[in-house]
Amino acid sequence: MSMLTALLALGALALVFGAILGYAALRFKVEADPLVDQIDDILPQTQCGQCGYPGCRPYAEAIANGDAINKCPPGGDAAIKKLADLLGVAAPALDSAQTPAVKRVAFIREDECIGCTKCIQACPVDAILGASKQMHTVISNECTGCDLCVEPCPVNCIDMVPLQVTPDRWKWDLQAIPVTIVESN
Amino acid sequence: MTEFFVLLISTVLVNNFVLVKFLGLCPFMGVSNKLDSAMGMCLATTFVLTLASLCSYLVDQYILAPLDLMYLRTLTFILVIAVVVQFTEMVVHKTSPALYRVLGIFLPLITTNCAVLGVALLNVKADHGLFQSVVYGFGASVGFSLVLVLFAAMRERLAAADVPLPFRGASIGLVTAGLMSLAFLGFSGLVKS
Amino acid sequence: MPSLFQQIKAGQIWDFHGGIHPPARKKLTSQAAVAKMPLPDRLYIPLRQHIGVAGKILVKAGDLVLKGQALTGADNAMAIPVHAPTSGKVLSIEPYPSAHPSALPEPTLVLQPDGLDQWRPRHALDYLHTDRAHLLARIQQAGIAGMGGAGFPTHIKSGASTGVDYLIVNAVECEPYISADDVLMQHEAATIVRGIDILCKLLNPKAVLIGIEDDKPLAIAAMQQACSGKSDYLVRVVPAKYPSGGEKQLIQLLTSKEVPNGRRPLDIGIVMQNVGTVFAIAQAVEDDIPLISRIVTVVGQTLQHSQNVRALIGTPVGALLDLCGFAPEPQQRVIMGGPMMGFTLPTLQIPLVKTTNCIIAPTRHELPAAGPEMDCIRCGACAEVCPAVLLPQQLVWYAKAKDYDQLKSYNLADCIECGACAYVCPSEIPLVQYYRVAKAEIRELAREELKAEQAKARFEARNERLERDKQLRAERNQALAAQRQSMLAEQQKQQIIAAQQRLEQSDQPALSKEQIIAERERKKAEARAYQAAKAETVTDTVPAADQPAADPRAAAVAAAIARAKAKKQADAAPVTETVPATEPDADDATTADPRKAAVAAAIARAKAKKLAETAAEPAVAEPEPQKEPDPAETDPRKAAVAAAIARAKAKKLAETAAEPAVTEPEPQKEPEHAETDPRKAAVAAAIARAKAKKLAEQAGTSATPTEISTPESAEPAAPAAAIVDPAAVKQAAIAAAIARAKARQQPPPTEPEQPS
Repeated sequence: MSMLTALLALGALALVFGAILGYAALRFKVEADPLVDQIDDILPQTQCGQCGYPGCRPYAEAIANGDAINKCPPGGDAAIKKLADLLGVAAPALDSAQTPAVKRVAFIREDECIGCTKCIQACPVDAILGASKQMHTVISNECTGCDLCVEPCPVNCIDMVPLQVTPDRWKWDLQAIPVTIVESN
Repeated sequence: MTEFFVLLISTVLVNNFVLVKFLGLCPFMGVSNKLDSAMGMCLATTFVLTLASLCSYLVDQYILAPLDLMYLRTLTFILVIAVVVQFTEMVVHKTSPALYRVLGIFLPLITTNCAVLGVALLNVKADHGLFQSVVYGFGASVGFSLVLVLFAAMRERLAAADVPLPFRGASIGLVTAGLMSLAFLGFSGLVKS
Repeated sequence: MPSLFQQIKAGQIWDFHGGIHPPARKKLTSQAAVAKMPLPDRLYIPLRQHIGVAGKILVKAGDLVLKGQALTGADNAMAIPVHAPTSGKVLSIEPYPSAHPSALPEPTLVLQPDGLDQWRPRHALDYLHTDRAHLLARIQQAGIAGMGGAGFPTHIKSGASTGVDYLIVNAVECEPYISADDVLMQHEAATIVRGIDILCKLLNPKAVLIGIEDDKPLAIAAMQQACSGKSDYLVRVVPAKYPSGGEKQLIQLLTSKEVPNGRRPLDIGIVMQNVGTVFAIAQAVEDDIPLISRIVTVVGQTLQHSQNVRALIGTPVGALLDLCGFAPEPQQRVIMGGPMMGFTLPTLQIPLVKTTNCIIAPTRHELPAAGPEMDCIRCGACAEVCPAVLLPQQLVWYAKAKDYDQLKSYNLADCIECGACAYVCPSEIPLVQYYRVAKAEIRELAREELKAEQAKARFEARNERLERDKQLRAERNQALAAQRQSMLAEQQKQQIIAAQQRLEQSDQPALSKEQIIAERERKKAEARAYQAAKAETVTDTVPAADQPAADPRAAAVAAAIARAKAKKQADAAPVTETVPATEPDADDATTADPRKAAVAAAIARAKAKKLAETAAEPAVAEPEPQKEPDPAETDPRKAAVAAAIARAKAKKLAETAAEPAVTEPEPQKEPEHAETDPRKAAVAAAIARAKAKKLAEQAGTSATPTEISTPESAEPAAPAAAIVDPAAVKQAAIAAAIARAKARQQPPPTEPEQPS
């Protein structure tokens, strides 16, 4: 008999609570915010594909679905940290050590270019200027250094050139300055 | 009146739930990485603890006791706490999506915060009345918040410090918590309980 | 309570937070005369010595230039020209280590003086009667940039036309060792005041404040004397404290105003110019002398004569040091700039630029190198001396942890890199170095973020472009396909109309379907008769199967003809002959039931479609079902015509298909209601086969089959053609005859005439 009362009591309690929660669920309904957009904003948008996905947005969607956050070399540790903060997970180290230390841009050796437009089709940000049978050239300011144009070139005329350091963009690496020792008399 | 004040001091400092009773260590370690998420967690836990201790007292007093269902106490308290936490989660999601995102999984994990169940059960054990239960719950949450904020500030500095590799992360955090706990032992004897 | 302006006029000086008092060490050089540097044998003139971009290069290697000649042009607002400091020959324009802490190579013009020091023509300007635009142009063309150390284009700073309350002339020179501005004021105070006059004409301030530190008594006296006639030029003496000469600090000292975070002094109505810049403005406007030389303090205990030197821009530092009797020690350091904010030079070939105010060649004892960095003991001394009221302890903590968000929240951007915090740090932590690294990193991150956004926008634009192209292509394809279809439909309609017209225009009177059929049967009967006659002359063996087939067929045909005649006569329709088919259902159909005709047409279509599936040319089959008239077609003649066209198409298809299939389709596709064509075709085929066999037997050569094949294919084609329309029948007959002739012309010598 007491078991029955126990069951009834608990059941009634559960019903009441359930009703309260149900009402609260309706009253406090919220539209989901797009996590994918927030992740996409953090990624560096080079569209290089080194993470294994065809572009930054697909990788953002994969992360939102639970993929690892340490697959983006151009984003580096900074992006991993930001993603870890956003998603509330621990920040793992970068997956592979293939981040080049220096930013590079593509450069077409114009003497060898045959005007085939294959590199133009490969560039994910349209940073190559040119047309069929016309000279192709890379707009250095827009090039993200993703490397995708090097493969399709049939005459192998594209180089990845490291960006020149100017005094404006110098990172105060004092050890790298060549010093001439003055002889004493 | 002084009785309630003494109860408050006792739960906040002397018998601090985290550092003396060692309850509620999960959110204590989990949310104390950044100060802003810790502040949010404090507010959420305060709300939950106070409301949960009130509701559990009412359920215990008016449903369990009359029907002689004492053996269902733990089960019922968990039910009450779960409902309160769920309700809190919905309210937080609606009113402050940023806080909701910051707290993340730790908001529903307040359900498993042993401090909340602990408060409810300790209220029963100590035979507190209604107002006492509420004050006890509120004091517990204030104590929890105090320690959480202190610890979060310390952890932010620890994150930038040159910690030896084996100690980085939670290890140095727990060592620090232990030291804080030692410090809080100094409050013992403040209130003759 | 007097207003701020009144307070300033009254001579009130305020103070700023922090600051240090390092030993000044200026007496070494401030009381000596200014030496004149003789011409070195090379001058290295960097093309960019200011904040902005280098101007367009106006000369090339090998050119001879005069003193004061412009080497680069002022082609945009942020381009300040550089000039030849003396006459000579341009040796080259090449990358050369720059006068920058990084010593990274920058484009530099190498000039070889010819010793003549020949001036280019100069034109003085009377500033009172020159308008603003010309004055500013003259200032820009004279290559004047801020000489206090930053190098901001002066014509831009002096270009503000409204909203300037105070012009502050910065003659503070707070850094130890440096006395270049001190001696300038001692000797050229009048010119400086004339420069201030010019600036006042440009800026129209309420008052001019000239800030000088109290450790320069001679300079103060000189300036006070020069300004004695001008009531608005206020010489203000400030207590010696480093860094009082900082822009924001001096503004706070003299006006108590603070420049808000991230803004410029012009936003609060103040323009500040270094006193050396003011002097250069005066020279440029009055005498058209561009900025080609400046006073530099050359000091240090390794030098025999520490002094101020008036040297040409581009003079190598080594030459300056040698002028002053340089005796280097082991591990000698040479610093360009002051001891607080200067940088060590990696080589003595670095040239003097417009912003260089001091060269220090100290002994190790005089300026000891920094000791090893120790841990921060959190003493807070750095925060006490910071003139920008920052928290250097927190800044270095977060800079080490690379926490750029926290650095931003602690206002790292407001740090003026004066070095006061590093000066007082007991742990000898190089604080400013950490801040510089962090600032460079933050700038780089901001740049990358901007680039990422741009790359994202370009990526999305590219995707849109590809989508658009795909859509356009799809639409175009659809349009073309629709066009093609309509053209085909048009064509088929034309064919139908043409066929109808042919029918109408034919000699025979309009025939009904039965009449057409009758006509055909009559012609067939004729042909058969002819064939029969011919067959009698041919003695080759004919497959026995055909013979019996022919005879009953012939008999059936005759019977049918008779039946049709009777029926027609009964109908009283103008029918000449009716040729009923042997099949009864075909007979019914010939009673002109339109529905049956339509059905038959449909069946023909279906057969044609099946044919199309088995044949190798689906394209030809496609039009057939499409062009067939609707099942609702009721005109029997139209149906027959349509059926005929279908047959023709199938025939064409059949011709291109494999040979074995050629004979097959015809019997299939022909509508059953009308013809004995299958029989006729079979007959012809049989005849042809017989012929071939005969020829093959007799010839035994492989050549024959090929030649036989043409008559074989021609023969079935011929009867098929005969069915299509009356006009073509004759053609078909001709073709058949030709084929037969060809067959007769076979190499096998004899045409056996064996009677069967």
